[in-house]
Order: sequence, then structure tokens, then C-alpha cells
Amino acid sequence: MSRLWHWSRRCSLIFSRHNSTLSSRLSSITDADALHFAKILSSPTSVLSTLPSISTPPEELDIYNNDWMGKYRGKATTVLKPKTTQEVSEIVKWCNDRRIGIVPQGGNTGLVGGSVPLRDEVILSLSNMTQVRSFDPVSGILVADAGCILQSLTDYVAPHNHIMPLDLGAKGSCQIGGNVSTNAGGLRLLRYGSLHGSVLGLEVVLPDGTILDQLNTLRKDNTGYDLKQLFIGAEGTLGIITGVSILTPPAPQASNNVILALPRFENVLPLYKTVKRQLSEILSAFEFIDRTAYDLAVKHGQGRALSEEEVEGAECFVLVETSGGRREHDEEKLNDLLESLLEADEPLINTGVLAQNPAQFSSLWALREGVTEAVSKEGKAYKYDISVPLSTFKECVDRTREQLRSKGLLNEDQVKAVIGYGHVGDGNLHLNVIAKAYTPEIQNALEPFVYELVASHRGSVSAEHGIGAMKTHALHYSKDETSIAWMRKIKAIFDPNGIMNPGKVLE
Amino acid sequence: MRPSPARWLNILVPVKRAVDYAVKIRVNPQQTGVDMNVKHSMNPFDEIAIEEAVRIRERLPKGSEPLTITALTIGPPKSVETLRTALAMGADNAIHVEIPESAPAPEPLGVAKAIRAIIDKQKEKENVDMVILGKQAIDDDLGQTGQMLAGLLGWGQATYASKVELDLEQRNAVVTREIDGGLEQVRVRFPMIVTTDLRLNEPRYASLPNIMKAKKKPVTKLTPADLGVSFEPQMEVLKVTEPPKRVGGAKVDSVDELVEKLKAAGFTAV
Repeated sequence: MSRLWHWSRRCSLIFSRHNSTLSSRLSSITDADALHFAKILSSPTSVLSTLPSISTPPEELDIYNNDWMGKYRGKATTVLKPKTTQEVSEIVKWCNDRRIGIVPQGGNTGLVGGSVPLRDEVILSLSNMTQVRSFDPVSGILVADAGCILQSLTDYVAPHNHIMPLDLGAKGSCQIGGNVSTNAGGLRLLRYGSLHGSVLGLEVVLPDGTILDQLNTLRKDNTGYDLKQLFIGAEGTLGIITGVSILTPPAPQASNNVILALPRFENVLPLYKTVKRQLSEILSAFEFIDRTAYDLAVKHGQGRALSEEEVEGAECFVLVETSGGRREHDEEKLNDLLESLLEADEPLINTGVLAQNPAQFSSLWALREGVTEAVSKEGKAYKYDISVPLSTFKECVDRTREQLRSKGLLNEDQVKAVIGYGHVGDGNLHLNVIAKAYTPEIQNALEPFVYELVASHRGSVSAEHGIGAMKTHALHYSKDETSIAWMRKIKAIFDPNGIMNPGKVLE
Repeated sequence: MRPSPARWLNILVPVKRAVDYAVKIRVNPQQTGVDMNVKHSMNPFDEIAIEEAVRIRERLPKGSEPLTITALTIGPPKSVETLRTALAMGADNAIHVEIPESAPAPEPLGVAKAIRAIIDKQKEKENVDMVILGKQAIDDDLGQTGQMLAGLLGWGQATYASKVELDLEQRNAVVTREIDGGLEQVRVRFPMIVTTDLRLNEPRYASLPNIMKAKKKPVTKLTPADLGVSFEPQMEVLKVTEPPKRVGGAKVDSVDELVEKLKAAGFTAV
């Protein structure tokens, strides 16, 4: 027994050394490589490179090298933007032979530094692959190139009365390939489930250039191991997704939303239970924002604010959305719920506002969706996307704030605010620490403090944002040694040379 | 014995249920109109009108006699929802002049005559001091009702209002109007007509307690016959078409390709 334990420990040590020494065995892209790419890619706009043969001005590579938050900066000299899966395959094969690292990139809206290079890996952008390959209006199955922007797909299926099964604040820029690679969650997960369920098939270019075509459009297919599940959420470390087949649900005939003002955070959980019970199948979103997050969103003009009276005494807000097949039926359920909430002996809410038309519906959502942008405008954000028990949400925010205060970091020049908001229905809290600038002092005060706090609640250090480059060292807080060892084995099988998004997910 | 006129104020706000402004409208195959099977809501300018009436009430000095805001709509049975929204925003009571579902949409002259009839009817109990209307409805963009009503009643009018300041003692109002050259201020005596422009205010969300209260507020139902008016259309819509589709541009990969495309489109070098 102990021999087996020693053997598996040796193996995991070998694999871990394997990977970390490997990444230093990767080659940098040379001018000859750049010339080769220029030859094999059909359009001159597909190659951006500061290397001599191409001589693109360095500023043009900035948007690819820098992440959305301005926290991670890569040093890639070359960005490739293939137009077909075949081109992707040829690029990958060449890079694998030459041991050149590749960072697959979609909309570059990720929040954990997974979409930009750590050093000078080649950025392979899917932005030029934007074709919708097919859509069946009867089944709702959509097949699209990985570079299609989520909002474009939403617009594409809308005339057919369908919607995408996921929705997130970055919808105007994020691409479906990236969504699938990061197993994005978002605002609709409560109702439509995760991508592990709604993705029916994938077309993936493996690290040796082979095209794995599992792009079927079957709702049910139990034939062997379901390989696509590995790529969903692998963050581009096992292969590059080039095509996605996804099930789109029918568009709701009636949508309503309401923002409720709560006097105390402790009311969120009983409120959630009540809402779930009374609205049942028409509940499609249950989002929470604390008072500071609301004030920030209003300050940065994200949506129209509620009146002074309405927000007085509110410690936090909850946005409830309903989606159903019949307007009158939904409105009746919603009205009954709101009446019972207001007339209860001990009301869980102070008050609330109900959208009266689509414009107000969007405005109320904007207050929630706009928090992320408001945070970016307010300062530099340390984002902790955690899954913890609902009853501990406030505690996590308060204790983090206390930690910073005790280190003397809570002031206008360092950490300006600590806020919490998120997908209550999914047990997912977005803890944001807004600083004037990213500094090692603040970083050290927060990590490993936050991760240990999460681990103490047996939570996840990354509910939906993924690991990227940010949390590779924190993986062990939520996955045990055996799990991590097996992840490394799988990585080694798919990518023995370690070229695919090196340094991400696994150290 | 009626309370002294200087302290009473009755405001009438006609509102219209129109296609919601966020809806993507489609012309029907017969080219006689647009697809009406879409989300409807209160005309945005009418929302602004209700909001202004509520704000006027909120601005009244403490101890003033209460102000009554009556919302009014002319439309099919479903229009009563628009009245509920008005009541939820702060109107005190509402009047629904009901017309059949299949009837054509009333035209401004018909609407103005109906509003005049209602004001005449109300005279038996109390006078209407001010009618606040939206400057135009976003479905027909006609923008005539307020002005026609002022003509029929012989009342002063201040249209395209971006600010309304009441002087209760003097029984008049100073209204800032948006005109092509900028802003114009007019002083108008009560009773008067005001039509709202976009910048007058931003309508509030309907709060839950008000929505609950609104359910108990009275809605009076009337028919065109009760008012002695007819909504017989005076205009006939001949054709409705979409504007010409915008043709997309194309990217070219080289100067030669650009020159070729220009030649194909009929441009020649000078």
C-alpha cells in the first residue's frame, strides 16, 4: 500500500517537474516562422508581427497582449488570425514541430489572465472565424465558428424566437469558443444550466494539429467516452475549439424583472426560498448586489437609479427575473409574490421597483450588469469569483474588508472599496477589491487570505471565471492532490510538448 | 361651496398605449401597417407627462390643497394596463374610453374632441386646470393632439416643454419650450395645455407599494357614445413601406482590387 503511494507521488512529482521544465523548453517564434505563417494564411491581415519580415507597429499588438482589466500583459511578437479550421490546424502542427507556445484567444474578456501570453507565445486569435454554419429552427440547434461574438449569435437566433443559453456582461465582445473553453456561467445558468449540458458537439484542433471533429447536432449520443466535456472548461490548454454545436432554448414570450431593496443581508436566503417556491418554473435569474456595488453602478451611470426613498435603509438589493410562455400568467404569479412580500407580518423587503416596459427592464438589468464596468472605472480590481454557502456571502465580504483595514490598506490611496455581488441562485459570489493600483502589498494581504477563507467553507476558488494564470497556485485549495495529478496526466497525453496555453490552469 | 380656486389644481393627463419603442417593427405583408402583435407600453412622452404631473404635486408647498391627477386613455380593453401604470406612477384616478379591439386607431382630431367632451362633463364637478400631453405618439409621430385640443377649447398652449414652473397665486405657468433656435419662455394662464418634450424629466420606476395601491384606485369606463363623439377616421393609410435597406461596404485586400471595384462601379479616372 505504501509502495503504491510512493509510486504515485513519484509520478506526480515527475509530471509536475515535466511540465514546469517543459515550458522553459519552448522556442520563441523567429522571423522564418513568421514568413511561413504569412505564406500559409490566405489573407495578409491574418498575420500581425513585430518581427522584421512583417513589421507591424508594436501598438497594434497591444489589444491582443493586454487583458481586459489591464492587469496582465503579454510579450507576444506575433498574432495570427486564421480564417478556417484547416489554417488553425496547419499553424498548430507547425508550432508543435517547432515547440512554439500558442495562446488561443477569443474576445480577450477573461478575468483571470488566461487569454494573454505569459511570455512571447504566439497568439492565435479566432476573431476571423465568424460564420454561423447552420441553425435548425425546429430543434434550436446552432452550429457556429468559435469566433462568433455571443451578441451576434443572440441576434442571429432572435428572429427564430430562440435565445442563447448563456448571457453575461461581456456579451458584446466575448466569443462562443472562449465561452465554451472557460465553461462560462453568467446570468442565465440558473434557468438553462451550464455549457456542459447545452453544448452538443465541438470541433477541436488538438495540440499536434489533428482536427477532432465531434461537431454533431444530436441531442442524445451515448457512444463511448464524451471527449468534448474535457475541452469545455479546459481554457485552451488541451486544444483549440474551432467550432461549436449548441442547443438554444426557445425565447420566453414574456419577461419581467423587479429589483427588491432588502433592509438586511440575512433576508436574502429566506427571500430566495420564498421566490423559488412562488415563482417556480418562471424564475430565470436571482442576482444579488450589495449597497456599495449599487452605489458604484449608479455613480458610473450604468443604469437609471432608484429614488432616494426607495433605497433608504437598504443594505443590499436583489434582482429577480421571470421568463415564461404567457404574460398574464407570469404577471399574476409575480404580483401575488410581490403582494405577499409587502404584506407579510415581518416583511423581508423594504420596497422594490417593477419594470413597466422593455426600456425599464433593460435599465434594471443594466444596474446589475454594469457593476463590472463601474468597478473598472472606479479603480483596479482584484476579482475573487467564489462559490461559498449563501449564508456566508456577507461574512466573506466583511472579513476581507476587515483584513485590509487591519493591514492599514483601506483608504483612498490604496484599497478604495470592497464589494460583493453575484449569482445567488448558483451560490456564486463575485468579491471585488477595488484598489487605486495593483500593488504587491495589497496582493499579499489578499492572498492566500481569501483562498483560505474559501477553503474553510469548502468552497470553490473559481466558480465560473476559471483558473487562467491567476489561480494556478490556488488550484489545490479546491481540488485534492489526486485530482490534480490526473489532470496533469491528461494534459501530458494531449499536449506532450506543452505548447497549448502554457502556464495556464496547471502550473 | 367649492374651495377657493387659488388652492385647487386638477390635472388631466391623456396617455396612449403604443408599440414599445424597443421593439423591432416589421411592415405587414399587405403594406398597410406594421405587425401589431408585439409588446405595447405607454407612449414615452406620455410617461413624461404623468411624471411631470406627479412632480408638480411633489413641488407644491406644504399645506396646499391636494392636487388631483386624472389619467385618461382611449383604446381597446387592453389599454387599461397603461392606466394602471399611470396610477402606479402617482395618478389618483383614471378614465378609460373603450373602443372595440378591431377599431382603427383614433386620430388626433377625434381624440381632441373626446378630451374636450370629458372636460365639459367634468365641469359639473370641478374644472380641469391643466392638460399635459406627450408632444407626439411614437407610433404615428403626428404631434397634433395637444394643439388641436387647445384650438377646440380656446385655451393657451405651451408645446415642446422642457421646463414647467407654476405660479399658483397668479394662476399661470412659465414654460420653457424647445424650439429650433434654442429655448423660448412663455407665460400661459390657467386653464392651459402643455405638451412634453424629452428633456422635461426622466420618469420614475413604479415602486411596489404604489403598484399595489394602484389596484385599488378607481377607473371609470366610458364609451364614445357617452361622450357624443365618433372616432370615424378622416385619413386613409395608402401604403407603409420600410426605408431602403442599407447596403454594406466591403473590405479589399489590395489597391489593385480597389481600382477594379471602382471601375466595375462605373468610376473612371479623371
